[in-house]
Amino acid sequence: MATQSSTEAAVRPVNRRPRPMPWPLNIYQTAVGKKWVMAITGLMEIGFLVMHMLGNLKIYLGASALNHYAEGLREFGDPFAPREAVLWILRIGLLVAVVLHVHAAFSLWRMNRRTHPESYRSKRDYIAANWASRTMRWTGPIVLLFIFYHLSDLTFGGQNPSFQNGEVYHNVVASFSRPSVAAFYVIANLALGVHLFHGAWSMFQSMGINSPQYNSLRRVFAVLLTIAIIGPNISFPIAVQLGIVG
Amino acid sequence: MNLTLKVWRQAGPTAPGQFETYEARDISEDMSFLEVLDVVNEDLNDRGIEPIAFEHDCREGICGSCGVMINGQAHGPGFRTATCQLHMRLFKDGDSITVEPWRAASFPLIRDLVVNRSAFDRIIESGGFISVNTGSAVEANMIPIPKVVSDAAMDAAECIGCGACVASCPNGAASLFTAAKMQHLNLLPQGQAERWQRTQSMVETMEDFFGSCTSHGECQFACPKGISIDVIAYMNRDYLKSMSKNRKLGGQGLTT
Ligand code: FES
Repeated sequence: MATQSSTEAAVRPVNRRPRPMPWPLNIYQTAVGKKWVMAITGLMEIGFLVMHMLGNLKIYLGASALNHYAEGLREFGDPFAPREAVLWILRIGLLVAVVLHVHAAFSLWRMNRRTHPESYRSKRDYIAANWASRTMRWTGPIVLLFIFYHLSDLTFGGQNPSFQNGEVYHNVVASFSRPSVAAFYVIANLALGVHLFHGAWSMFQSMGINSPQYNSLRRVFAVLLTIAIIGPNISFPIAVQLGIVG
Repeated sequence: MNLTLKVWRQAGPTAPGQFETYEARDISEDMSFLEVLDVVNEDLNDRGIEPIAFEHDCREGICGSCGVMINGQAHGPGFRTATCQLHMRLFKDGDSITVEPWRAASFPLIRDLVVNRSAFDRIIESGGFISVNTGSAVEANMIPIPKVVSDAAMDAAECIGCGACVASCPNGAASLFTAAKMQHLNLLPQGQAERWQRTQSMVETMEDFFGSCTSHGECQFACPKGISIDVIAYMNRDYLKSMSKNRKLGGQGLTT
């Protein structure tokens, strides 16, 4: 290991250490802790994606099935909780997860720019780092922008050509009938798929879930999960465009 | 065989640097990469040109001095080899080879291919000590330990601190180095007394200097000792535990 000689300038810390907050907030102050938060919030987002995809499959059962399911979401918890109460609790939980996920990603990205400011002058030859792992910081923002559009299109209706509250099937068909919008949904979901392919594997590392016996299954899990979520998701706009749904 | 070397030349930390092209003639395929640099340097010396500065010591893959970036890969294309063990038979006659120093904010360049890796020493220092009684060593079999555990600790202890993990990481993270140095102690009975202080102190010191792991997995292939990113997962797990253990201990024994 290199030793410090008097002619060399001392190596100074690149990252400033924050004043420690009380436990457990201090965990989030380190990068390792932020990765834990990214993994746990990522897992919550995956849970949402699975439920969202499963619910949307009802579109193939017809308008009444999909609208009935959408109404069911609002009534979830009835008669114990008021209408939409459980839905809003889930929404707020998801919102907190997304905000934390984005904040952790952004601050880690800034940290890694500080610690790796100079790139190599010659061409790098990557062995393991793949396209998915190196584009997380692009696929993430793409998915985030897509979520804003998607909410405006099908939840609030601002971007929808003929939005009718509660008429989910109608709104979806109206939106996906526009070829450019259908293409955008497909592209955004492919970006989400690339993001998931790395994230669903990486979260095991971040949370220290590691055992030589099962390690190879982590990649298999990420691939299957990505296909299971993204496959149905991109089928919806394609089905509307092909006239299968509509 | 004859080779063309493109080598990064830089007179000092703040001097401008650039690639210089040198011809290496009559290279034997049994030579190591460092011997090729020796051949080039002798020629440069004869011509009155300042030889290329590069670090080396043991030349048998155990000291960790010799890392450079060769054709965009840390320690070059050899599998689990340090630059000093990289045989020229992996190259072909007429090949052009690019040689560049490690690049990371906490590995400032000293000269040509030599960088200052003393940030690694800061991480090791923060790990502190392990409590063992002085005197003659106890009989080895007195400390019971499962074979798989001692094997895993030995795998982590193979780290030679060359810096290839940092150099190859797109984030400039030192997670593989730190985790290996931490885990070979955290796994063993002798390392238990200071385990949680060591974990937190080393993670925090690592983050003073280096980036964060995003699981590219590039480091485990760059590592001349083939240390697996399994140790990083183990570090992440220990870190979370250490935060609550150290809280109960009121931060006793934390070196940072
Ligand atoms: S010179 Fe010692 S590891 Fe290469």
